[in-house]
Amino acid sequence: MQIKNHKDFNTGLLFIFFGMSTTALVRSYPIGTAAKMGPGYFPFILGLMLTLLGLVILLKSLSKVGKVRRKGSTHLRPAIFVLSSIVLFGLLLLPLGLLFSTLLLVFISSMASDEFKIKVAILNAFVLLIIVLVIFIYLLQFQIPVFPAFLGSRA
Amino acid sequence: MELLSNLALGFQIVISPQNLLYCFLGTVIGTLIGVLPGIGPVQTIAILLPTTFALPPVSALIMLAGIYYGAQYGGSTTSILVNVPGEASSVVTCLDGYQMALRGRAGAALTISALGSFVAGCFATLLLALLALPLSELAFKFGPAEYFSLMVFGLIGSIVFASGSPIKAIGMIILGLLLGVVGTDVTSGTQRFSFGIPELADGIGFVPLAMGLFGISEIIKSLERKEKREILKTKIFGFWLKKKDVKEVAPAVARGTLTGSFLGILPGGGGILSSFVSYMLEKKVSRNPETFGKGNICGVASPESANNAGAQTSFIPLLTLGIPTNVVMAMMAGAMMIHGIQPGPRVISSNPELFWGVIVSMWVGNLMLVILNLPLIGIWVKLLTVPYRVLYPAILLFCCIGIYSVNNNIFDIWLTAILGFLGYLFVKLECEPAPLILGFVLGPMMEENLRRGMLLSRGDPSVFFTRPLSLAFLLMALAMLIVIALPAIRRKREDAFHEEGEKG
Repeated sequence: MQIKNHKDFNTGLLFIFFGMSTTALVRSYPIGTAAKMGPGYFPFILGLMLTLLGLVILLKSLSKVGKVRRKGSTHLRPAIFVLSSIVLFGLLLLPLGLLFSTLLLVFISSMASDEFKIKVAILNAFVLLIIVLVIFIYLLQFQIPVFPAFLGSRA
Repeated sequence: MELLSNLALGFQIVISPQNLLYCFLGTVIGTLIGVLPGIGPVQTIAILLPTTFALPPVSALIMLAGIYYGAQYGGSTTSILVNVPGEASSVVTCLDGYQMALRGRAGAALTISALGSFVAGCFATLLLALLALPLSELAFKFGPAEYFSLMVFGLIGSIVFASGSPIKAIGMIILGLLLGVVGTDVTSGTQRFSFGIPELADGIGFVPLAMGLFGISEIIKSLERKEKREILKTKIFGFWLKKKDVKEVAPAVARGTLTGSFLGILPGGGGILSSFVSYMLEKKVSRNPETFGKGNICGVASPESANNAGAQTSFIPLLTLGIPTNVVMAMMAGAMMIHGIQPGPRVISSNPELFWGVIVSMWVGNLMLVILNLPLIGIWVKLLTVPYRVLYPAILLFCCIGIYSVNNNIFDIWLTAILGFLGYLFVKLECEPAPLILGFVLGPMMEENLRRGMLLSRGDPSVFFTRPLSLAFLLMALAMLIVIALPAIRRKREDAFHEEGEKG
């Protein structure tokens, strides 16, 4: 036995994981009867179906012989920087205000690119900050704190 | 005539200065963002969704519809000028559009793309207005069993024309249905899958889901690819079509419009399928098929018309039956629900001004596109030169601020990051996220109709097979499943999407 298609193999695993965890979680909700379905009925069926599908995909990705499809190359830099810049924005928006969290988001997410240049990123951050302040705070009047909370000022 | 008075009502709504402004803003901003490389209509709508929340529902939907066809037109522009399709449905436009541009006829290609879209838009709008009433009356005869089966049909239909493995697509639908279940169960009040997080009691937000799966993961995907763009250096001129062109193109536009209008109504139809099929058709009926792919003007006119016609007729199932048939319509459904409007047959009677206003706005918006784009094309071309490394942080920033502003809630930002990661995982595993979004939107409705149907039949599932309409929908769904599974068709389907995959 050999994994013929890694992507399908992992998809199968993922679906089985989601399916099994659904059916496990659903146990705590009343299932009800077919005529009077409880909150657990529909997700339970879906969870079973997903697990089953996952199994089929998994089995189909295996083969005794046959050519092995190359694994896709993983290049983690973009994913790491993009995702962490969003999480950081969420963490800092309320305590530090829009001002600093914008600068940080733009700067950190810029590092996701292979063509990252410090000067361009900093310039971009300040230009975007001005645009954001004009559009969202001045024109659209969104209720977002602009300055850090410790300075005691609000939007 | 009732139709005329309805359209008159629509005009009244659209012609108000406020709505005209939003229609205008939608088309311009939609084009502006759609022109940016790597951002198609789905991403554009996802990114701009929060900006429409502050508006009254009619204006918001008019603006969103404007964003949609604006973005689509923007995608065609990049296809013609840079050979980069903004989205799958403009892949076909690249084939002959870019070739025309290389031969110094970019202006003519852009003009025919706009005019063809406009003609198609007019026809599709009329069709929508004509079919709306009878279809929604039909929908009133539907019981829960019919609705449930119709949704099964719609969901299965959506995977027939989606790229990639159908079996994975079914898995993605189920995953979407499950994500739709998260939150408070309407019938019993039970909290499902909310893990004690109060923000999840209302379910997973549509905006974080759409942005995570389509916005964020798309950015990461684009960053992983090395960009190579060849921007047309020559000046664009010659917007006017020659008499000979008009004669050649008119029937192509008509064919494209009809093909697109028809395919747009089907589940899974809409832009992509319409443009592919109409291009094939055009090549078949052409007297000199060998000129296709070498800058044949019909190869631009027909798919562009079909694309737009399909985009607009796909509103028909959404507005009359409440069933979104493709991702963009799922986005529209999500937007309507956020504004407290349940898409479906009731919209016409309960919100006639919304219904007819949106329909007429499509026509007005298309007119604006024609008038606007030809003079603004210079600006769009300039935008193309903005490097991606400056662009994507801006998109991220707007996404984050937009998400936060929906509910003034930090949790939504984190949720977006998580869903963005999930979306990225799906990209890596070659799982299309589109069926998931459809499942997500339909999930709660499907569960409710299943429950009501089974309650009415006292737990007897045969109700889905004994009611004729319900049985018809299920049989059609089954037929589609068989069609996908047939080896010959599967190969053909893979070929068609293979080509697309290489370009997109």
